[in-house]
Amino acid sequence: MLKQKKDNRSSYIILACAIGALLLVLLLENLNLILPSVPAVLLPTSQLFTVLKKAAVYSLVAVSMNLLNGFTGLFSLGQAGFMLLGAYTYAILMVPAAAKDQVYYLYGGAALNNSLQDILNGVFGSTGVGGTVSLILSVLIAMILGGLVAALFAWLIGLPVLRLKSDYLAIATLGFAEILRAIFQWQKLGPITNGANMIKSFPTYSDFNIRAGGKVVCYLSTFVPFLVAIICIIIMVLLVNSTYGRAFKAIRDDEVAAEAMGINLAKHKMLSFVTSSFFAGVGGVLFAMYVANAQAKVYTTTMTYEILLIVVIGGIGSISGSIIATFAYVACSEWWLRFLDAETYIGSFKVPLLRNGFRMVVFSIIIMIVVLFFRKGLLGDKELPEAIRRWKASAKVRKERKAQKAQKEAATK
Amino acid sequence: MKKFLALILALVMSLSLVACGGGDAAEGGDTSTGDKVIKLGVFEPTTGDSAAGGKKEVLGMQYANFETPTIDLNGETYKIELVLADNGSSTDKAPTAASELVSKGVSMVLGTYGSGCAMAGGPVFGDAGLAAMGVTCTNPNVTAGNDYYFRICFLDNFQADVLASFALDKFQAKTAYCLGENGNEYDQGLIAFFKQVFEKAGGKVITDSFPTNNSDFTSYLNKAKSEGADVIFTPVSIAYATQIMTQAASLGITAPFLGSDTLDDNMVLEAVKGTDVKLYVSTFYQEGGAPDFDKGVKQYLADNSDAMAANGGNDTISAVTAMGYDAYYVALEAIKAAGSGDAAAIKAALPGVSYTGVSGAIAFDEIGDAVRDTAFIKTANTADGVWALETQQTGSAS
Amino acid sequence: MQFAVSILLSGISVGGQYALIAIGYTMVYGILRLINFAHGDVFMVAGLLGIYLTATMPLYISLPLVLIGTVILGFAIERLAYKPLRTAPRMSVMISAIGVSYLLQNLATYITGGQPMTYPNIAILTKTVTIAGTPTKMAVLVTPILVIILVVALTQLINHTKIGMGMRAVSKDFETAQLMGIKINNVISATFIVGSALAAIGSMLYFSCYTAVTPTIGALPGLKAFVAAVFGGIGSIPGAVIGAFIIGICESIIKGLPSAWDVTVFSDAFTFALLIIVLVFKPTGLFGEKATDKV
Repeated sequence: MLKQKKDNRSSYIILACAIGALLLVLLLENLNLILPSVPAVLLPTSQLFTVLKKAAVYSLVAVSMNLLNGFTGLFSLGQAGFMLLGAYTYAILMVPAAAKDQVYYLYGGAALNNSLQDILNGVFGSTGVGGTVSLILSVLIAMILGGLVAALFAWLIGLPVLRLKSDYLAIATLGFAEILRAIFQWQKLGPITNGANMIKSFPTYSDFNIRAGGKVVCYLSTFVPFLVAIICIIIMVLLVNSTYGRAFKAIRDDEVAAEAMGINLAKHKMLSFVTSSFFAGVGGVLFAMYVANAQAKVYTTTMTYEILLIVVIGGIGSISGSIIATFAYVACSEWWLRFLDAETYIGSFKVPLLRNGFRMVVFSIIIMIVVLFFRKGLLGDKELPEAIRRWKASAKVRKERKAQKAQKEAATK
Repeated sequence: MKKFLALILALVMSLSLVACGGGDAAEGGDTSTGDKVIKLGVFEPTTGDSAAGGKKEVLGMQYANFETPTIDLNGETYKIELVLADNGSSTDKAPTAASELVSKGVSMVLGTYGSGCAMAGGPVFGDAGLAAMGVTCTNPNVTAGNDYYFRICFLDNFQADVLASFALDKFQAKTAYCLGENGNEYDQGLIAFFKQVFEKAGGKVITDSFPTNNSDFTSYLNKAKSEGADVIFTPVSIAYATQIMTQAASLGITAPFLGSDTLDDNMVLEAVKGTDVKLYVSTFYQEGGAPDFDKGVKQYLADNSDAMAANGGNDTISAVTAMGYDAYYVALEAIKAAGSGDAAAIKAALPGVSYTGVSGAIAFDEIGDAVRDTAFIKTANTADGVWALETQQTGSAS
Repeated sequence: MQFAVSILLSGISVGGQYALIAIGYTMVYGILRLINFAHGDVFMVAGLLGIYLTATMPLYISLPLVLIGTVILGFAIERLAYKPLRTAPRMSVMISAIGVSYLLQNLATYITGGQPMTYPNIAILTKTVTIAGTPTKMAVLVTPILVIILVVALTQLINHTKIGMGMRAVSKDFETAQLMGIKINNVISATFIVGSALAAIGSMLYFSCYTAVTPTIGALPGLKAFVAAVFGGIGSIPGAVIGAFIIGICESIIKGLPSAWDVTVFSDAFTFALLIIVLVFKPTGLFGEKATDKV
């Protein structure tokens, strides 16, 4: 009873915090409209917002990977493939009819000559409130469809491969992602996937900015990916904390014991795999909106490895760890550590080593250090509050011990 | 439920972290507006697949900047500073690289080598109200449908047209074998246009694609041989081109190879040196076209070991270097026409700029593409390892 | 006819090179149950070493040095990145392998400046010979012969030497072998040394045929070699070699299919599809021993 009450209270706090975080993003983004002058970093074109958008997208994908690798113990390396499915589904459905000929110029137009938004525009009208409704609704529908397509393919490939053991599963899913990429690049499917060319001209985040008379009156382009990512992550958190989540963890810890306890292995593994792929698909949609195009070329194993390494840095089995690691990783690699790539002179002294590619070397060394010496990552399999509590507790113990020792020494003197 | 709290805390923390870090960058950015410095953004790949080409293009800009480091506007002298951002040849890194340039307060952007990155980074420049000027990105979609991207090179369809006409005129080719990388918009775009022109003239075209990171091309080349191809068209990136040429040499392929602007590279030249491969490439510039420029670049390379390394270790001048050089001067013209380093003014002035550079006359049409009607076709002199000018070809499509 | 011969030749040559990499995979997997993702990158580093060393010294010094350098690298990777994780879950070791692969690729990008490098001309291997009217490189002929010699030598090593016995024992049962007084660290190091040496030899043959070395060049042959190892039955050296030749020849045939079908792009996808099929229907591969699941 008491526990329940506590749970209730904390969920209110959490909701408040989620809203708070979103409001903070909204405020940061619009500060330049409210205040007469802001530092360059808060201008809408600042790198800050690009990094925030990318981190929001990646954090969703990282958490989805963690759901599978960290909570269910299924080591899958197919994340990029499922992102590709989501991204292409969204892109194919959302290129407006007017832009089709331009985008599919090699194929003389697309096989699908309408877009979701065009259809909804027909219902709600294309300007004013109607236009906004149809934009939001069509993006939402395409996003969910993107996730569903990824989930469907996950189900299909999951039927045979989920029986495999850890490393075989990893290599099979990795192979599956490579096969998907080859299929989406195939010229014969050009009228649908645009072959080697990228699909572009679909709605992106900046279409959500509210404009009046040609000027932006309210920026929402960073807010939108945050909103989607937070909602998706919250759903995954709910799943992890449900009975299903407990079953996942049981499977992770000991498959045989879990089965003996009456947990249906095949069903739960499939559920975890399909859910993870669904959110990876949604992550792919967000990624396509972030880069403003969909092209199979970027969804390589390198991308999967990057996400896996983020998960490892954050701690396998810690959602908050994955999120923190994503923001730190993206901010460092895309922003703060970029100086490592530039040749720098202090006075006439040339700083050694700094040259193109050094940033990634530093990164890989950091990753190796984490893998070898901080095997549990930032937070291990704990979530942030618990990690802080433990850290505090251990600090307290240390302090007490120190005090005791000092007392003893004083006594012996 | 605790995880909820954790999650939000994490978000807030990371956010504040990011915001804190932002402070330093902002201070750096502010200095850009004063001090009589105009920053030109260089948006190029210096790592990844297109690194070899990107570096050579940057080289042209750096040399031009070395030659003309300042500009006089309204009686005041401004220093031109090149700000380099590496887009890693990858479309997922391009938006952040682009926004780095925007954050550093550049007045205009030059680049990039690959069309894919140009399309991925383009919207960032568009949102910031900056003009971007493509140097050697030849895909039609780079400039079409937007008002912020311009380019000074010819387009894929023009280039493919030139090469197809060349194959028909020079070799009376009946059958062409085309080989490109699967999933590469540059290769596949050129092949598609080539096919259109060649088939219209009554020729037969066989197309093939190889998967990314492929290294064994012997099956493809043997197929071309057994199909009786009169010409082999390989508009691929530099790394693949060197592989194809060396393998063709050992297979004793006698059909001439046609290449696009990417093959105009000294590494490809190195690969065919001392072999019997016949290679023809279409390109933007032929060494010897502007002797002063050639001499200057070679001197610059000799004085600067880093530049030499970026050029692949010898001083053969790539066409992309000449294009990078011209791009810099076109940018200077635009700044002069705008009368200031103001991004919006430059963007407004750019469409009206015309300039005659080492690679020919440059002016923009209403889409933002350069008006160009000639391409150089050069052939590899395999005995001496140098390029020789074959012909200047005029195409119908532009 | 000539076309068919040429397809077969390129298949055999590619297959032979995969085989040399696949042996390293299969031995490491047999002993450590670890997919050594870094193995393909060791192969790439061997290629780069070949370029840099040959630039400064004659071939008869540089090639042995390449071999030694690669062996040292393989040994160091095992000691630094895998040994500390001996007691950790298998997933951690695999992540460490991915990390090493990432590190080697980024390091190579940094050192080469991201440009493709050209492998030096080893005259004996790059000489053109004509077989049944089809011109080809000497390396294509040398590869299968060398592979067979090496496999025979390796089987002798494994079946008739003390360290070979150790390898067999450790792959059967890690802990019991330890209890029986086998110095498993030495055995594992020996495995990595053999694997790296073969990767170095493979790199010389491979890059003599396909001369461009890029930082990511090792990834794909590495994965394919792993597929070959699985196909042949993981842990079995002859299996890995036969698997590698089959994959090499199949790929070559797919690339040689009529262009009108437009399926040549699926030569890589085919390999991965084969992997999934083998894993699902016959996880022990062609020659693999039946593994019993221990609880």
